[in-house]
Amino acid sequence: MTTTADGRADGREDGQAGADSGPAPKPQAHAQAQREPAAGSADVAGAGNAAAPKTATQTTAGTAAAAGARNAGDTRGAGAGTDGGGRGGDPFDRDALPAARGATGALLRSLLRPRRGRVVVATLILLLQQAAVQAGPLLVAYAIDRGVPALRRGDFGPLIIVAAGYLLCSVGAGLLQYAFIRLAARVNQDVLLDLRGRIFRHAQALSVDFHERYTSGRLISRSTTDVESLRQLLSEGLQELIGVILSSVYICALLLYLDVGIGGLAVLSFVPLYLLIRRYRRRVSVIFGKRSTAIAAVIVKFAETMNGIRPVRAFRRERANDAQFHALNHRHERTNGDGLLEMAQYVVGSRLVANTAVAGMVLWGAYQVADGSLELGVLAASVLYLRRLYDPIDRLGMFLNSYQSAAASLEKIAGLLAQVPSVREPAEPRELPPLDGGGPGREVVFDGVSFSYRTGGEVLPRFSLTLPAGQTVAVVGSTGAGKSTLAKLLARFYDPTEGRVLLDGTDLRDLAVPELRRGVVMVTQEAFLFSGTVAENIAIGRPDATREDIEQAAKAIGAHDFISGLPEGYDTDVRKRGGRISAGQRQLVAFARALLADPAVLILDEATSSLDVPGERAVQRAMDTVLRGRTAVVIAHRLSTVEIADRVLVMEHGRIVEDGSPADLIRGTGHFADLHRAWRDSLA
Amino acid sequence: MTRTDAPTKERSAVRSLLRLWPYVRPVRTRLLCAAFVAVLASCLGLVIPLVLKWIVDGPVADRDPGGVWLGALYLLLLGLTEAALFGLRRWLVARPLAGVEAAMRGDLYRHLQRLPVAFHDRWPSGQLLSRGTTDLMLLRMFLAFPLTFLLVNGVTILVGFVILLQQQWSLGLVLLAPVIPLVMLCHVFESKYSLVARRSQDQVGDLTTVVEESVLGIRVIKGFGRHRSQAHAFRELSLTLRGTELTKARLLAWIWAVITALPELAVGAALVLGTVQVADGDLSAGTLVAFLSTALALRWPVESIGFLLAVSQDAATATERYFEVMDAREEAQGDTPQPKSPPPTPAPSPSTPSPSAPPRDGIVFDGVEFRYPDAHDDAPPVLAHIDLHVRPGETMALVGATGSGKTTLTTLVPRLHEVTGGRITLDGQDITAIPRERLRELVSVAFEEPTLFSASVGENVLMGAGDGDGEAALGRALDTAQAGFVHRLPQGTATQVGEQGLSLSGGQRQRLALARAVVGRPRFLVLDDPLSALDVHTEALVEAALRRVLADTTALVVAHRPSTVLLADRVALLSGGRIAAVGTHQELLHSSDEYAWLMSGTRASGAVSEKGDTA
Repeated sequence: MTTTADGRADGREDGQAGADSGPAPKPQAHAQAQREPAAGSADVAGAGNAAAPKTATQTTAGTAAAAGARNAGDTRGAGAGTDGGGRGGDPFDRDALPAARGATGALLRSLLRPRRGRVVVATLILLLQQAAVQAGPLLVAYAIDRGVPALRRGDFGPLIIVAAGYLLCSVGAGLLQYAFIRLAARVNQDVLLDLRGRIFRHAQALSVDFHERYTSGRLISRSTTDVESLRQLLSEGLQELIGVILSSVYICALLLYLDVGIGGLAVLSFVPLYLLIRRYRRRVSVIFGKRSTAIAAVIVKFAETMNGIRPVRAFRRERANDAQFHALNHRHERTNGDGLLEMAQYVVGSRLVANTAVAGMVLWGAYQVADGSLELGVLAASVLYLRRLYDPIDRLGMFLNSYQSAAASLEKIAGLLAQVPSVREPAEPRELPPLDGGGPGREVVFDGVSFSYRTGGEVLPRFSLTLPAGQTVAVVGSTGAGKSTLAKLLARFYDPTEGRVLLDGTDLRDLAVPELRRGVVMVTQEAFLFSGTVAENIAIGRPDATREDIEQAAKAIGAHDFISGLPEGYDTDVRKRGGRISAGQRQLVAFARALLADPAVLILDEATSSLDVPGERAVQRAMDTVLRGRTAVVIAHRLSTVEIADRVLVMEHGRIVEDGSPADLIRGTGHFADLHRAWRDSLA
Repeated sequence: MTRTDAPTKERSAVRSLLRLWPYVRPVRTRLLCAAFVAVLASCLGLVIPLVLKWIVDGPVADRDPGGVWLGALYLLLLGLTEAALFGLRRWLVARPLAGVEAAMRGDLYRHLQRLPVAFHDRWPSGQLLSRGTTDLMLLRMFLAFPLTFLLVNGVTILVGFVILLQQQWSLGLVLLAPVIPLVMLCHVFESKYSLVARRSQDQVGDLTTVVEESVLGIRVIKGFGRHRSQAHAFRELSLTLRGTELTKARLLAWIWAVITALPELAVGAALVLGTVQVADGDLSAGTLVAFLSTALALRWPVESIGFLLAVSQDAATATERYFEVMDAREEAQGDTPQPKSPPPTPAPSPSTPSPSAPPRDGIVFDGVEFRYPDAHDDAPPVLAHIDLHVRPGETMALVGATGSGKTTLTTLVPRLHEVTGGRITLDGQDITAIPRERLRELVSVAFEEPTLFSASVGENVLMGAGDGDGEAALGRALDTAQAGFVHRLPQGTATQVGEQGLSLSGGQRQRLALARAVVGRPRFLVLDDPLSALDVHTEALVEAALRRVLADTTALVVAHRPSTVLLADRVALLSGGRIAAVGTHQELLHSSDEYAWLMSGTRASGAVSEKGDTA
């Protein structure tokens, strides 16, 4: 990871004794927590021109999402402020990770560069299309000034030119429009596909320590709402902006061509318009900031209540929550209204400018026509152009909103992509040496290993340790002693700060992922189930496993009975009707995965916490039979697990303070003997 | 326009939208005024071309520069009025509509908090949240814009065409010609597009699921080295989504092509015809200019109809989604105790039972049956027939195999789930006769998954306390739960925890949840495996302290391990949906094979096969 100050690590030191067991799994709905679905950013008025029924969900979702999410970050920041600054300096408490200056632009360019050709063609098509669209009034002028006199002479030539011209322009404009939309969509979708893939792959590549600090909710909103707000900008905003700019330029040019006075007035009118837009942007961005902070607070409160509905009910929080929610909701209502009023101001201002300009130009034009220095058709054409010129100014406000949110989103995405995985894939992967026939286990060596957080919070001081192949090692100690860090180093969730971890003599850092996972598999406390069937969930251990293999693994761990009892047995979808699976059962499924994976080294990190005694026994039996001969590292609160161990390591403050066979340690007078006595007593 | 186009689904959409009326009612005056103002502004826009005509045919034709000034002044006045009206409309609706949105959101939140837990089991919170946010914003925008403008544009189009036809009916008809095919095409488009749009939304949902799971399950993925298969699944889905989006774009492209070309063609035709008529002297040049200008002004109202209908359709869907949740029945007696069908006995006060109440009788399960509302009909109930008596002051451990329904049983006592058969009484009183508020005051719970809220440690714990309890109670509860670590947190008991605060370890959260359960000294206590995440030392300390609390509390404790069982006076064995045995730990160890197996794991009853070499 970057060299970012790690206030969080300090948090672990003094507050977070449980750093060791990993962060609490955040409730899934937090994914939504930072979604700010376009609170009134766009009074749809803006979408004005859109005859085409863009589905409104598409139009709304996430327009201001980015702003919302950013401010969710701000809320966190504020929270940190009140809780004593311990976390204040950690960029991970904010939503946007630091990225190098210009990273956002670089990201955008790198996304567009491969599609340069298409972008150029699309721009050309749009130029032509606008030319075709704006040709109409010119033809009107021609018809009035040339066509009418010619007709009166009996000459149909000019009229035919007008008819043909109009036909050409309208059909041409339609066709070009068609071509442009398809081409632009192609570019947009490719960019989005690219971006989605990048975020996903990058998030997967980032190491576990990143995931522990950057909450899942934020990561999810990066790849959903933030991408969505870019999609919004690309598919609607950008096209619209270019359209608006192009037509303004065209029309101004045409007006100047028709009559310098009228054109000049049109150009001049853009000065106050520009000032208005600038003022609106400045003011509204402040309001949006407040508003998205407000909605983020609403969303957090909402999600938290729904996720914790049981305690809410059990402790009768409903009315207190109602009151709190009302306050938050009201704050959002106020700022929301402020935003709408700001928009109203902008609309009034821009309309005033536009209508005044129109009156001025008509005055000027008509005066000249009356003078005889300007032809009537020119005046007509100018008037027609004027209407078109100021049509899109309302829309511009809308566009600005979506632009701002997309820019904020991109910035956050760029920040995420700028994170460097602290655990990298090897450039030249090596293979593990073939098993030497002595058994399926491999030897593990911690060679002068130490581990610290980036900011220097040392978790494991330098140590060396050898676990012979086939040994089952139990690691015990109080929370925060560094047990999990040891396990994570072995699983290569982290890389050691110094020293190396060797598997049969090969540095873990030299192993490609598939090879590494044939060697080492870790089962953790949170037994996460992916959507899909139970069988698919077990098969994560070995994707090419047959149904028979899967059932064997389930039987070996004692999970077969409950799985068979599910409505559709192994084919029960764990997220669907009837697929209710208890915490203990989930852990059994997780174990079945590990059995199926059949690694040389198995790590169990508190993997039996929710199991009852028979479940725990089944796990022990499986380790004794199916996994016999594997090297195993078992971390557990329960000392029952220790009974099957060949060796026990007792850890304290990151150091291994006792090391020996269970029998020896129990006989001794150290920590373990104490712990064991306490445990024995509890069984009595 | 709208009427000709009203298909059958439009009618049901209207019916959905009508349900918004109670929320709109309070702001109806403003909304109506705004609509009126908008119609006015729109019609003003149509008058502008007429002024142009007057200028061209009057002062310009007469070479009267002075008259031109007057015309320009009219234009300016019209323009200023138009701008003012635009602003007035927005100003009129801004606050009220933000208010409608907030009111609907507040109601939703209030309602959701009072829906049965079974409802929340079925509905992912994300779904609820999206109703509370995206859908409501959509509705506010619908009220602000499409609703008004369906009316406004309808009127504008009508007035516009009246003006056009009245000025020159032949040209008017030419311009009118493309309207019918345009509206029809828009309709065809809309039906096609909404299908694809729906498909794309679903695919976005699938994609989001993969993203969420691969983030939440990152340790599993990394632990088994499955990035590649996840990335592959992700790529497949995002490619599918791209395909759908391109289909969408193709549909959009053709409708836009038509929308661009057709009206333009009509204008072209009108121009040619008009030019001929001007040349023939049937038409003044000013009329032609005004005519074309009006036609231009009408373009957006016509084009917008399809779009407005689509938004209305979406708003209708959003309304349906909103009321889908609002129509779910709240738990009876949620907030204000209301009489239920069986006449309730007056609730006794929690601490001192009124003399008329039956004597203290503890918790009695009497033939309790429970099945989840979403279970298959042929599936056996989770709890078939529970008969159990927890005597006053007694602590009863509840032991059973994984998945036997222990946790489910504990949720029945505070009525988080409703029994589907039999009854539960507390001190002789049927829990369905006790107002929920009172019931949950009487019964305190610590859940298996200890949830903390975004609040300070102290607030989180004191949630379980009565009104009078303060620092002293807090300290006592923290002592009981061995949660002394809070004093070492940055702000002590004022430290913010939960989603927006410091994240605590599982064991720490569990201890706080335990403190929350005991802080109010409840008469009845339900603990679901309260010590699972604690290490041996802490567990022993908590146990010792808990024993003191439990001494005079009637408690039901779910236990997985002998150590937890030892908190209890007696043990009940839950098996096959029934209480198979009740007795002390020692008694059951001797009398029940299953219990002995659950507690020691040694007497495997043949259920577990041990063979199976998967290698």
